[in-house]
Amino acid sequence: MLCKMIYEGKQKIWSEYQKDIPDDKWYYVRSCIRQNFFPASEKMFTEITRNVLGKDIYETPHHTTCGGIAYHCDTIPQETAMTIVARQFALMTEAGYENYCPSCITSFGNYAEILETWRQYPELEAKIRENLWKACRREFEKPRHLAHSSDLIYHWRNEIAAKARHKLVNAGTGEPLRIVEHIGCHYAKMFPSKGVGGAEYPYVLAGMIESWGGQVVDYPERRHCCGYGFRQYHVKANRSYSLSNTYKKFESMEPFHPDAIVTNCPGCPYFLDRWQYVIAEQMGKTYGENGFGIPVLTYEEMAGLVLGYDPWDLGLQLHQVAVEPLLDKMGVKYDPSAKYLGLNCEDIMRPELPGSIKCF
Amino acid sequence: MKRNIVIIGGGIAGMEAARALLDLGHTPILVEASKMLGGHVAFWHRLFPDMSSAKNLVGRLETEIAGSRILLNTKVLSLNRLADGYSLKLSNGSVVNASVLLISTGFSLFDARKKEEYGYGIYDRVITNSDLEAWFSGKRDARVPDNPESVGFVHCVGSRDLKACNAQCSKVCCATAIKQAIELKECFPYAKVYCFYMDLRFFGKKYEDFYINAQRDYGIRFIRGRVSEVGETIDGRLQLKAEDTLSGKPLKVQLDLLVLMSGIVKNDSIRELADMAGIETDSDGFLRSIDNEYAVIESNRPGIFYAGACTGPKTVPETVAEARSAALAIHSYLEKL
Repeated sequence: MLCKMIYEGKQKIWSEYQKDIPDDKWYYVRSCIRQNFFPASEKMFTEITRNVLGKDIYETPHHTTCGGIAYHCDTIPQETAMTIVARQFALMTEAGYENYCPSCITSFGNYAEILETWRQYPELEAKIRENLWKACRREFEKPRHLAHSSDLIYHWRNEIAAKARHKLVNAGTGEPLRIVEHIGCHYAKMFPSKGVGGAEYPYVLAGMIESWGGQVVDYPERRHCCGYGFRQYHVKANRSYSLSNTYKKFESMEPFHPDAIVTNCPGCPYFLDRWQYVIAEQMGKTYGENGFGIPVLTYEEMAGLVLGYDPWDLGLQLHQVAVEPLLDKMGVKYDPSAKYLGLNCEDIMRPELPGSIKCF
Repeated sequence: MKRNIVIIGGGIAGMEAARALLDLGHTPILVEASKMLGGHVAFWHRLFPDMSSAKNLVGRLETEIAGSRILLNTKVLSLNRLADGYSLKLSNGSVVNASVLLISTGFSLFDARKKEEYGYGIYDRVITNSDLEAWFSGKRDARVPDNPESVGFVHCVGSRDLKACNAQCSKVCCATAIKQAIELKECFPYAKVYCFYMDLRFFGKKYEDFYINAQRDYGIRFIRGRVSEVGETIDGRLQLKAEDTLSGKPLKVQLDLLVLMSGIVKNDSIRELADMAGIETDSDGFLRSIDNEYAVIESNRPGIFYAGACTGPKTVPETVAEARSAALAIHSYLEKL
């Protein structure tokens, strides 16, 4: 660990926040927004879990949003979100699965909150069952296990490490790469016991980083929100507040010179990535080396790099911050000229590059 | 039955009760689980509000109870109720029959690691009130820097905290924080000292003067607001975030030392003893008195009395007064047998 933290103290806390994660047979639901922000991440999750690890991961095109964004933006009441979620559970039940795995952190928090609410108010669960039946003649079983997809990658982190082509290690110096881990607020801040490692010192991403050879950066604003916060960004007048939160985090992590940031939320990687460009434009400040930003990865992208997938197949060309400095440090081979080629090497043109932050 | 009096717990409540019972002509048996007398006070440096020496108090009591039978390193393994008293099997192998039991098992300090956001056991510069007292008493502690520029105290750590399952006020922490802040200022006059509090409870004689002195004479800064989280900067200092609820603003300060005022919680072993003796515990886990106004020292069982913090958080003067009261009640109970 960077800093002088007492590692044993953290280990004790981590040991108290472990969750039961079955090794196989998961019903997977995608996020509303991740495929637009980081389009290969969810594909890489199914690729790694099914084809590399040989797990049974089922998904259906019939699932919808969980209603979490609308619920957190105060545009739908919780009962509506609950009925949407009940339908999702019905699809899982119909498919013959008992373990539910959302890709989105807000969904994970939404499901956890609803299941806990039903536990405390069974009459509300009965009402939602009635709503669902009236709406679409469906019935459901509640999941036996609920885990976020980052929980599953955490669970299989050592299997991934065993198949690694690259480590989170500077290939030139042999030193571990310094990685900031950023956890989505809805992962464990509402229900610390639902997250691996709890809410204060979550282990879900730290465990991956350690297992894959990197070094976790602990910096003062580690727990702080990325700045997305639905009411901050989605209300246009509040966007500067969103940006100022992100700025606060970068100012706090800057002295630690992180090599990369890894996240497990749909919004966090997007805002930590895109706002670096805005900060560079507004303040002329960049946080990476030599005018670059700090590359921000999803955990699936990081797992993909570790397993040796081509960076452009991982969609890393869609990041605002250039990832090449990280690839070079890891010793990942890539073809710069293929960065902006589309499927089957089709020329889909190059984006206009900003002048304020170095990009390729 | 020989009219034995067994005192369970050798903190200042048990010691003062033993002293008073000796004065009244009895020879109590004092059973203490640890290797020394004095309880928590034995590990404290000075006492508020007069800043008197805790060691002197314990030492004086030790001298004064020399005539009683003291069993250190001794636990009560089992306790049977007899027709006219109680039979105790002790961990030293002996069995003692007693007409009267005085329970003075005191309290435990809240485990500050449970408030994960404050970083006790995680960050090098976070200590508890108990750790600081040990340092004041001369114990070396590498977590206390040589010349701190700024120090923070967090009140109510595990007290009045429903999430920590402790609704009760620990009663002594506000004054203890001020006492420790003053002592620290005496050691490090140039350090900025902050106290983060929910509200301040200075009910005892001279406590309010103590609070005013801390502000006026020592420049200690009081900030009404709970600390939300603690982090560590690259140079090993602490970054503390809180809300100043009087100014309505969030604040962030960097500190060289953070002291957590761990609250008073029920003694870990009290439940087992209560079950054996057939006495009741309260919703806060402490022992239940017959009532909380007139009979705080009396239990629901004949011949079982209480003294000190086994029934709830108490200050030193309250504990001492309660111990004397219990001794008188025991004397009067035995007279009537």
